[in-house]
Amino acid sequence: MYDGWKIILGLIVFVIIVTLPFTMSIGKTYVQPKPSIDTPEIQKMEKKQCIEEKQYMREMHIKILYSWKDYATREGKRVYVASDGKKYNVSLQNTCMKCHSNKEKFCDECHNYVNVKPYCWDCHIEPKVGGVK
Amino acid sequence: MITRRDFLKIAAFSSLLGLGGAFTINALEKEPGQKVLKDLNALKGKRWAMVIDTRKFKTELDFEKVIKACHKAHNVPEIANPLHEVKWIWTDDYEHSFTGTAEEYISEEVKHRKFLLLCNHCGNPPCVRVCPVKATFKRPDGITMQDMHRCIGCKFCMAGCPYGARNYNFLPPRDYIKELNPEYPTRTLGVVEKCTFCNQRIDKGLLPYCVEASEGKIIFGDLYDPNSEIRKVLAENIVIRRKVELGTQPMVFYII
Repeated sequence: MYDGWKIILGLIVFVIIVTLPFTMSIGKTYVQPKPSIDTPEIQKMEKKQCIEEKQYMREMHIKILYSWKDYATREGKRVYVASDGKKYNVSLQNTCMKCHSNKEKFCDECHNYVNVKPYCWDCHIEPKVGGVK
Repeated sequence: MITRRDFLKIAAFSSLLGLGGAFTINALEKEPGQKVLKDLNALKGKRWAMVIDTRKFKTELDFEKVIKACHKAHNVPEIANPLHEVKWIWTDDYEHSFTGTAEEYISEEVKHRKFLLLCNHCGNPPCVRVCPVKATFKRPDGITMQDMHRCIGCKFCMAGCPYGARNYNFLPPRDYIKELNPEYPTRTLGVVEKCTFCNQRIDKGLLPYCVEASEGKIIFGDLYDPNSEIRKVLAENIVIRRKVELGTQPMVFYII
């Protein structure tokens, strides 16, 4: 093999870079994000359920919010009919955040963990717990 | 005759395109299976319009009440510097409100009168035509709406609007709002904003804030409904509009 050492060195560097995400997390403890639903509004509820099933909300909340924006501003449709027939106002500030009034312990918990930075709060006003900016 | 080599090339390329396309479409797709409806109480109209009875606005307070009601509810920042100011509804004098059609020899009283100005929700809006991202658009009921999530802050609409109804957020708006209304969002640095004819209220069956606060000095209604109050007012009074000669078909009428 001509220039064998170069190839092997290259391969070693390649393997190190590829496995970096794994090797870098050695020794770090995995902290599972635990979004809290402990707010006065949710505590008052008899059946602690969001507009839809928990798993569905986990997976789809951003798509729901994204389409809500279009429904409300573009089509003037502002009543969401949940699969159980209950009706909700299509509004992040006036529906979602009325119950989830703990943005820092609910939204940010997972968003920080996966390092996503949704820009909702540039405009939408977060509930007063953490203080309005 | 297509060769085996070409066939493979086309197949590989189109599958690549398909994959890429599917990914993009999936990312933008609405969450399916949602049921979102219009509010049953929503005001129904085909072309919302407004008549402002300028004879009835007498004191500063009359204007202030209306402007405050709007600006407070919509979290409009109060910026003193006219270069950076943001306004949804404001006032100006006769000459500047009706540039081009202002009568030189009209009564002194009218010349000194103040006029309430706002977005005209034009039938043929230049701002909508120039917006490169379709952030501003016409709703079917005639409201010229703006999708703040989409605005890229290019300011084309500001150049297009002959009424100066659009303002750019040169400064972080939250720093200039004294009291936030938690029910309504603010805007962010770098987007253009304007009056929305209170579409969020119309969708719930309420009249715009300015109409409510004016206590009868502003009439709001469906221009295409011959039995509406606004049509009655328009039939009984002589009205003028701002810069009609430009062909924008403004939907805000002024009784002089």
